[in-house]
Amino acid sequence: MADNDVRRVAMTSSMAPNVSGVGAPGRRMVYSMCGMCAVRCPMEVTVEDGRVTWLQGNLHDEALGASLCAKGAAGLFLESDDERPQTPLIRAGERGGGRWRRASWDEALDYVAEKLKETIEAFGGRGIALSDRGGPFVDLTRTFVHALGSPNYFNHDAGCMGNAHNASRSLYGFGAAELIFDLQHCKHLVLYGRNIVESLMVKEAKAFMGAVARGMRCTYIDPRATITACKATRYWQVRPKSDYALNLAIIHEVLEQEVYDKEFVARFVSGMDYLREAVKDATPEWQEPHTGVTAAELRAFVTEIAADAPQVIFHPGWMSARHKQSFYVSRSAAILNALMGNIEVPGGCVLGKAPEHYGRTGLHQLIDRVPEVKEPRVDGAGAARPQWDPAIGMVHQAFAAMETEQPYGIGAYFAYRHDPFTGLPDPEATQRAMEKLKLIVSIDVRYSEMGWFADVILPESTYLERANILCQMNGPVPVFSMRDQAIVPRFDSRPAWWIFREILRRTDIKEAREALDFETIEELWNYQLDGTGVTIAEMRETGVVKLAAAPTLIPRDELTFPTPSGKIEIESEVLKQAGLESLPKYMPKEAPTGEKFTLLFAKTATLAQGQSLNNPLLNERAPKQVLWIHPDRAAALGIADGDEVEVNGGGRYTGCLRAKVTRWIHPEAVFMLHGYGATVPLARRALGLGVADQRLQHGKLYDFDPAGGGCALTETVVQVKRRTPEGVAG
Amino acid sequence: MSKYILRHDEANCIGCLACEVHCKTNKDLGPGPNPCRIIAFDPVEVNGLPRAHFVFMPCFHCEDPWCVRACPTGAMQKREKDGIVFVEPSLCIGCKSCIAACPWGAVQWNPATNKVIKCDYCKDRIDAGLQPACVTKCVTGCLSFGEANEVPDPRRERYARYIVAEEASS
Repeated sequence: MADNDVRRVAMTSSMAPNVSGVGAPGRRMVYSMCGMCAVRCPMEVTVEDGRVTWLQGNLHDEALGASLCAKGAAGLFLESDDERPQTPLIRAGERGGGRWRRASWDEALDYVAEKLKETIEAFGGRGIALSDRGGPFVDLTRTFVHALGSPNYFNHDAGCMGNAHNASRSLYGFGAAELIFDLQHCKHLVLYGRNIVESLMVKEAKAFMGAVARGMRCTYIDPRATITACKATRYWQVRPKSDYALNLAIIHEVLEQEVYDKEFVARFVSGMDYLREAVKDATPEWQEPHTGVTAAELRAFVTEIAADAPQVIFHPGWMSARHKQSFYVSRSAAILNALMGNIEVPGGCVLGKAPEHYGRTGLHQLIDRVPEVKEPRVDGAGAARPQWDPAIGMVHQAFAAMETEQPYGIGAYFAYRHDPFTGLPDPEATQRAMEKLKLIVSIDVRYSEMGWFADVILPESTYLERANILCQMNGPVPVFSMRDQAIVPRFDSRPAWWIFREILRRTDIKEAREALDFETIEELWNYQLDGTGVTIAEMRETGVVKLAAAPTLIPRDELTFPTPSGKIEIESEVLKQAGLESLPKYMPKEAPTGEKFTLLFAKTATLAQGQSLNNPLLNERAPKQVLWIHPDRAAALGIADGDEVEVNGGGRYTGCLRAKVTRWIHPEAVFMLHGYGATVPLARRALGLGVADQRLQHGKLYDFDPAGGGCALTETVVQVKRRTPEGVAG
Repeated sequence: MSKYILRHDEANCIGCLACEVHCKTNKDLGPGPNPCRIIAFDPVEVNGLPRAHFVFMPCFHCEDPWCVRACPTGAMQKREKDGIVFVEPSLCIGCKSCIAACPWGAVQWNPATNKVIKCDYCKDRIDAGLQPACVTKCVTGCLSFGEANEVPDPRRERYARYIVAEEASS
């Protein structure tokens, strides 16, 4: 295949920008990346006469192999599904009213451009905000936002790993994703509700199960016994939201038993006096009533990890938007990693390496093509809130600004494959915040809850029908990864890079018009690959190109940390600037009684938030949503297993589902699966199925952990009542 | 019985149901028929710890298959060379006798074709030197397939490791 396979074709915006050769007859193999959740596993796609016949993991990624999860396999049914946006749609009635008219791409894009112009006139460029689901393609969305003169790019981490990310930054100076866990050599893994085998990243689950089979110990801490708990060697059913108390006591005991890596700590860690002071009263006995873990069990655990250190990993959490001290749960777990001395050792936390570490050059960034944006972010991230990473922001504060115009107004909002009405609490509140917007655009492959409220829906081609910008993933060995286009789109949809380019081309801003001015994706890829020594042809040969033959560890003498002091800062300079404590006191939790319970939520291996239930095969596998409740609490309320119960979170919304009476949930909590209770009429398989936990999280949109910025979703207390044929009991 | 074994190593299974979907997509099946199933059970307590149970139910490829005997047209067949029990769709009249006859519920009804469908170990893939879809793409590698005695069996080694570890910690 020609390296420089760029065909300059005069294109009007109505032409779909397919890669050359797509749709050709015969059998071919295309390297792609799965698009069924935000993990984006690299994969191989077999195409026969323009139709996808087989999907599997990309064998060039040895840690993944051919494995794909149920969602990944069901991608074929996303492709064949007609219940997705098929043309651009412009709202015809009230917002959320469900009346749409089909539009051509030119008409829809002109409409968006016109409203953007009005927004820029009223609020300036900074009055434009965009959120997506983060990940390896954000160079595109950030470039789009910055090209319009706005700093207000957000990923979805306010409702996901924002707390863990910012906690890591405050300690190490880099985000949580920069540490890769070497499970292959780990001896003891500690998980705080990180439900590895259900909240799936295929590679991680595979490595975890391999390690468990090899004899790795795993301590799993969660008020609910998940399937991951069923694979662990120790399970602590702690009280909800008490994990910070547990960590303070573990640190106390690690210091008490003097089982930390003294050499590592002396060289790389600052603030040990601060740490001693912070945990001085947090004895194993002190934490007992808070967590429910006995002092003896905690001491035995510390003795056990001491024997396994430094091959002991405390997982700082993935979905960490849980409660108001979640930031500190993650931060204290990360401190424990430093105390174990497990940084950059086999079986510990290995630093993600940029290509430069191996003498290679990284991808040429698209964002380098636009002028730097000097405006402050609307959420204060990196400035008024220095502890929040400005690269990801905290999107609930964009909604706050839409409502209050403080610190300044937002007039236009793009949700790119992000559904804040499902992923963030209290969609009624989010909707209210958006009412004044001049423009709401949903760019998606499906009808999302948020998209239904938008002014314009721009249908993105599915991941099998489009090519994306190339991505670079730093790790023990950094890689470039590709999502090539496997087939031609079934409907009048477009790839994201083209959609953003076309919007920018319609603005009056010269820099914006030029920012993504590539005619074809191959031309864009050549820009990205310029200077890297890797060609498009090489990318197409394997899909994933490794930039080093084997990983090398940084010698301990050469370790540095990008914090203000260059050390791992237990007492953080950035947190001090923000007026926050580095390790505050634990806030004790009152036990809900009577009909009141803490509401917990999670997903299973077949569901990716709200986006899976309308898929025919995932819908078929979707578990019946039930409410887990402890037998002691259920008995007191006259609730038997299988009874119908009503759940209310204090708002107008009440959910009705069946009780699952089980001792595997802590008595203070109830649990339900997330992703149910969808309302979009055109997604008929998901419509009305089950209860939307985010609607029960009433009044929680602006209730977040002030240190990490992540939502405090499990601060939700619900009322549970048995339902009788006559209505609610009692 | 067929000369093959399709082993489910339950200890290494996470109940993710990927095998079910890999199977269905390979056979081009929409909602309804499930040639293989993972049956999951609520956690039970074993030595103070929660433990999940998953039972993998494909077809057992019986020595003297009830479904083959029940089939009036010869659509349901047992392959001479390796004992795989399969249905030849061009001969299936959709009478469902095989569904009624199978004691394990392995034979499935496909409403899209008005014929039956069942696990045939993905014989087309096997004949091409590949593994069944469920095994090929299993998330954890808990499924393995091949001629009996040639498929690695992790159980003895795992148990041996377990008793040695017990001894060391006591």
